[in-house]
Amino acid sequence: MAKRTLYDKIWDDHYVTTRDDGSDLMYVDRHLVHEVTSPQAFEGLRQNNLKPRRVSSILATPDHNVPTTSRDINLDGIKDPISKLQVITLDENCNEFGITQFKLDDSRQGIVHVIGPEQGLTLPGMTIVCGDSHTSTHGAFGSLAMGIGTSEVEHVLATQCLVTKKQKNMLININGVIEDGVTAKDITMFIIGKIGTAGGTGHVIEYGGEVIRALSMEGRMTLCNMAIEAGARAGMVAPDEKTFAYVKDRPLAPKGELFDDAVEYWKSLPSDEGAKFDEIFNFKSEDILPQVTWGTSPEMVGSIEDTIPHSSDKNIISALNYMGLKPGTMIKDIELDQIFIGSCTNSRIEDLRVASEILKNNKISKRIKRAIVVPGSGLVKKQAEAEGLDEIFIEAGFEWRDAGCSMCLGMNPDQLNELERCASTSNRNFEGRQGYKGRTHLVSPAMAALASLEGRFSDIRDL
Amino acid sequence: MAKISNKFSGKIVCLDKANVDTDQIIPKQFLKSIKKTGLGPFLFDSWRYEDEGYLGKDSSKRTLKDDFVLNNKAFSEANVLVAKENFGCGSSREHAVWALKDFGITTIIAASFGDIFFNNCFKNGILAIQISKKNLDIIFSNQSEIKPIEILVDLVNQKIFDEKLFEENFEIESYRKKCLIEGLDEIGYSLKYEKEISKYEQKLRKERSWVIND
Ligand code: SF4
Repeated sequence: MAKRTLYDKIWDDHYVTTRDDGSDLMYVDRHLVHEVTSPQAFEGLRQNNLKPRRVSSILATPDHNVPTTSRDINLDGIKDPISKLQVITLDENCNEFGITQFKLDDSRQGIVHVIGPEQGLTLPGMTIVCGDSHTSTHGAFGSLAMGIGTSEVEHVLATQCLVTKKQKNMLININGVIEDGVTAKDITMFIIGKIGTAGGTGHVIEYGGEVIRALSMEGRMTLCNMAIEAGARAGMVAPDEKTFAYVKDRPLAPKGELFDDAVEYWKSLPSDEGAKFDEIFNFKSEDILPQVTWGTSPEMVGSIEDTIPHSSDKNIISALNYMGLKPGTMIKDIELDQIFIGSCTNSRIEDLRVASEILKNNKISKRIKRAIVVPGSGLVKKQAEAEGLDEIFIEAGFEWRDAGCSMCLGMNPDQLNELERCASTSNRNFEGRQGYKGRTHLVSPAMAALASLEGRFSDIRDL
Repeated sequence: MAKISNKFSGKIVCLDKANVDTDQIIPKQFLKSIKKTGLGPFLFDSWRYEDEGYLGKDSSKRTLKDDFVLNNKAFSEANVLVAKENFGCGSSREHAVWALKDFGITTIIAASFGDIFFNNCFKNGILAIQISKKNLDIIFSNQSEIKPIEILVDLVNQKIFDEKLFEENFEIESYRKKCLIEGLDEIGYSLKYEKEISKYEQKLRKERSWVIND
């Protein structure tokens, strides 16, 4: 048989049929739903008198609009009536169609991309979709996970299939060992800096090599989370023993013999030796230093040792103008107003452990107007509290919040004020993303924690 | 989905930026809408207005920024948006396409597109065309406030041209073309394959029973 990549195998195993217009129907195993991209899809179903085809494939949760304070009063904590209506609409749609939802007052509520893996909904070899671009996160398990638009959400609800065409295979290989303090976040940002935000367009990226294999599952999720920022349809890491150990015993994972059967199948998934990739990049581990973005696109990124570049490129000039930065300024000289630790990129327990380790017995700089930490899910929050991490954060001067997307995009009240500058562990530094005229620098949790102490960026490797 | 005609003409407006992300096309506060309509007045909200918009704000009373091309009266009838590389990257929000459509954009031409945005366009009857750098440069350098460029699109023959500047054959997936020309109901179309889907599910229950857990 022809040698196949991980992506080829998942594609083949989910191919349903080819429609007579030449497009393929791909079967969807799991569908995550949140309040922002689903109302119009449910409305469409109702208009056409349709129902979700396989309700058991769906898990819903509100995450984008939810407040990260005053959760004890449930929906009453949502001050903005328009946000509230969207969360209530999700409730109503889930009730009407019998969809499982982790509601606002459920301890399992959280960011969709954090709760999928946490619950064992995300499994290797699966096709997973969500009306959200960062669905690529789930590729960390060796699944094919893709963000889709609302029309596609409606299509998947009605047919359990996605109309699609096969993408190309890209391999990104990183061998060697990375320095202490350099994390999955730095790796994924480094890659985007190298291949650009359109570098992966039309491709599914598989990440491989010693550095990737050495990453924890959390690290792999961070890595794949930002595959979309490299323009790829999906990012993935081949499943291995680490993956199986992570999913074992999770509430929605198969149990007993069924689990063993699944593992046997999962072991057949990694790309065959000699399988063909349309494009291959090899990067050296020693080139990857702690990363900081300085512009308004994730590809406008450099290392902590860099200075802001001189450029005649219009896009860069306008980005620096927006960011209030001058060419030649050292990254280490950039002073900050706010710190945000959270988002589907970096809000898992491991991220909170790394950050709290740095904050222990320290206080945040007087420069910092506000520092918040937002766990990715209610369960992450609980775990962190059981480990006493909340106290470390609070003592250092951080606000300890409830789960949600929060200041990753500020659809809730957590936003930057105009011209404020933030070190953020999220994934997008787009104009206005964290607040109107707000300025975002993307970094790892370790770099964000250190920046909170210094009030400016510094090198985590000097610690 | 609304049908589009096989042949049509359009007036161009050029947005001279690369990597225009969907956060710029429609900022986050407008994603709170549970409808697909009414987003046109908020298209490119923070580039277009001096103040920050919100859902329900009366945009007719807001101060426009004079340096933003869509505010230039010369292009007030434009229905074809031309941009550079990677247009529509970032967030999957279909609200970006709904806003463009509501504003009156029917066709988008760019050097390349964000994948999800590209898909979303076709689902809403907007034609997205990727053209060569060479012709894109020709369009940009001939953009004029006195006489905006008018282009002709021949969808059946996959040709885009204007009277004298350029002509290009563009690629479009056959299924997308069919959907646009026939105004197909995509879901209804896929449901014709219900038997195949059921057959697949039966096989799945046998071979990978952990996937279907009901
Ligand atoms: S945390 Fe940010 S990137 Fe992730 S799903 Fe929420 S808004 Fe999107």
